[in-house]
Amino acid sequence: MSVKVTQPRAGEPPLTVVEPAHRLLDLDLRALWQYRELLYFLIWRDVKVRYKQTAIGFTWVIIQPLVTMVIFTVIFGNFANIPSDGLPYPIFSFTALLPWSYFAQALGQSGRSLVGNAGLISKVYFPRLVIPLVAVSSPLVDFAVSFLVLLGMMVWFSVTPTWGVLLLPVFLLLAALTAFAVGLWLSALNVRYRDVSQLMPFLVQVWMYASPVIYPVSTIPEKWRLLYSLNPMVGVIEGFRWALLGKSSPDFTVMAVGSAIVLLLLAGGLVYFKRVESSFADVI
Amino acid sequence: MSQTVIRVENLSKQYVLGALRHDTLRDQLAAGMRRLAGRGTASPDQNRIWALQDVSFAVDQGEIIGVIGRNGSGKSTLLKILARITRPTRGRATIRGQVGSLLEVGTGFHAELTGRENIYLNGAILGMSRQETQRKFDEIVAFAEVEKFIDTPVKRYSSGMYLRLAFAVAAHLESEILLVDEVLAVGDAAFQKKCLGKMGSIVDEGRTILFVSHNMTAIQGLCSRAIWLDLGQMLEDGPTQQVVSNYLRSNASGTHAEQTWDDFASAPGSDEVRLHRVAARPRDGQPQDAITVLDPVVLEFEYWNQQPGLHLNLSLFVHNEQGIMVFNTAPLHEPVWHGRPFPVGLFRSVCHIPGSLLNDGTYRVTLLVVKDQAIVLSRHADILTFEVQDSSAARGAWHGQWPGVVRPLLEWETELRATLSGAPVERDSSTTARS
Repeated sequence: MSVKVTQPRAGEPPLTVVEPAHRLLDLDLRALWQYRELLYFLIWRDVKVRYKQTAIGFTWVIIQPLVTMVIFTVIFGNFANIPSDGLPYPIFSFTALLPWSYFAQALGQSGRSLVGNAGLISKVYFPRLVIPLVAVSSPLVDFAVSFLVLLGMMVWFSVTPTWGVLLLPVFLLLAALTAFAVGLWLSALNVRYRDVSQLMPFLVQVWMYASPVIYPVSTIPEKWRLLYSLNPMVGVIEGFRWALLGKSSPDFTVMAVGSAIVLLLLAGGLVYFKRVESSFADVI
Repeated sequence: MSQTVIRVENLSKQYVLGALRHDTLRDQLAAGMRRLAGRGTASPDQNRIWALQDVSFAVDQGEIIGVIGRNGSGKSTLLKILARITRPTRGRATIRGQVGSLLEVGTGFHAELTGRENIYLNGAILGMSRQETQRKFDEIVAFAEVEKFIDTPVKRYSSGMYLRLAFAVAAHLESEILLVDEVLAVGDAAFQKKCLGKMGSIVDEGRTILFVSHNMTAIQGLCSRAIWLDLGQMLEDGPTQQVVSNYLRSNASGTHAEQTWDDFASAPGSDEVRLHRVAARPRDGQPQDAITVLDPVVLEFEYWNQQPGLHLNLSLFVHNEQGIMVFNTAPLHEPVWHGRPFPVGLFRSVCHIPGSLLNDGTYRVTLLVVKDQAIVLSRHADILTFEVQDSSAARGAWHGQWPGVVRPLLEWETELRATLSGAPVERDSSTTARS
């Protein structure tokens, strides 16, 4: 980082030194903490603005995953007869769609986040990490609304959750971290190479088929499981199904492998992001 | 009290133009391949420009400093580095105190959000805490004069309201140091007056302002000290009056206000007529002198006629910097030579442009030498360039860009024609005076 802000003692103004970069990595979490209100306001802006001037407003949040679920049920559950571990297909797919929709939205938004906020970045200083953080946070509101729909469906299909439901926030966090880690890479690369914007919808689509959204993990042959579990979303979706539906017991090695991958991606992403962040305003 | 709050030491910023052009991954890969193949390496110096080069200065607390220079001189780059938006390539800046930057009016405003929502959002973007914004909220709204529309989405605002609101939020930042870039280029007279007043009061509070503007009147009115940047380098740092007048003089001489061709054979023109000298000057001055909006301007053309008996006349096309043709003129009513055959010899034609007619800006003159009022013998595009400068004497309280292709000083008359019986005379007269 190029900038060092020495925190003042009481009554003294802060001292800022602006100079070329020389340190490898300085997350500058204190600056991030100072700008927490900006984080809050930008999330609030995203949520507030998304359904402005729409007739049915927030209902869209419910309609999208519901319609997807119906389509999946008809096509994959009925026509293609894809197994669902003995669960009703609608609830089987919806429990996966819930974290998946969140993840897809968070990934898409964070990948485009820096370029989308070019105006801010070239005119105002703030820790740039705020931008992808906002992008993975604001879809959580949609997630919360869809979650209520899921609760309704569980009552309808009389499914009782297990105690594992207490671990749900952990799985959600893992999904958020995955989106954030990959989003860090994509957003920073997108500043320089707009190819990333073109790649993103494609990446999300491929990633969905590589995750157990429409099919159960049990359909994956045993010998491919380890490779398969390199995808952190496998652990997330399995976790959701286990916690909410209690049917298949989760494979914790899958989750451990996935988490390790996420941590690696995250560490690399942070280093890369911080390295190039000071040139964002010049290149964007 | 006069403690140094900003110290800039050898601050330099280099931009690599090539990096901006290699926009797609494929281009970058292709460039990488070429480098690997050992050929076609981008010539490094050609693609690099120093937007800022070894700039050093110090600012004391409570100073308001004007930063002036032509477009691309590095003014905005300097502010961006101080605002921590971009980082320098070399050198450093030490800043003591909270920095607030206003590089653009309304950054982060969202059209769909209401005025109230935007105040909080923009406050957060500019680094204000929610409590701070809350405390200043009424003051901001009053300053912006948008009380009635505070819960209306800003997309429904007039552009004036929008600007006032945006400036109001920024103006209420409590930072000790304020970086301001060209915000006065927008808005109407009342708005500008208000902004200038606000900046003055910020300085009265002992806070420091670095103020970038092209508006010399505002700089002279606000700043006691000015820094002049040109091509990334600092040319002068000193009292505003002195720096500004040097800057303006350099602008005037940078244009082709005078050209002379002593060698007949190589002078521009045709076989019949060749130019000897062209010049633009204020009526009471020399071609290198500055021309203000008040000065009558004299355009002089000296030319040799080679062919006896030609019916000659000149035609001038005057364009402003937007490329708009301001006027075309020809000496069709010139009393002595118009319509008479020209003998061989050196002629001098002078065109008088009255004072208080042209707006400020740069003018380019294209000259046509015409035979028999129909045949163009030669055409000299942009043979003269001259700059008309603004003058604070010509302005009232208005500090912004004076709109209009021309800026004539016109005669006005107002009279009280009648009073309505029973109505108060005072109100009547004021109404009439305004209309």
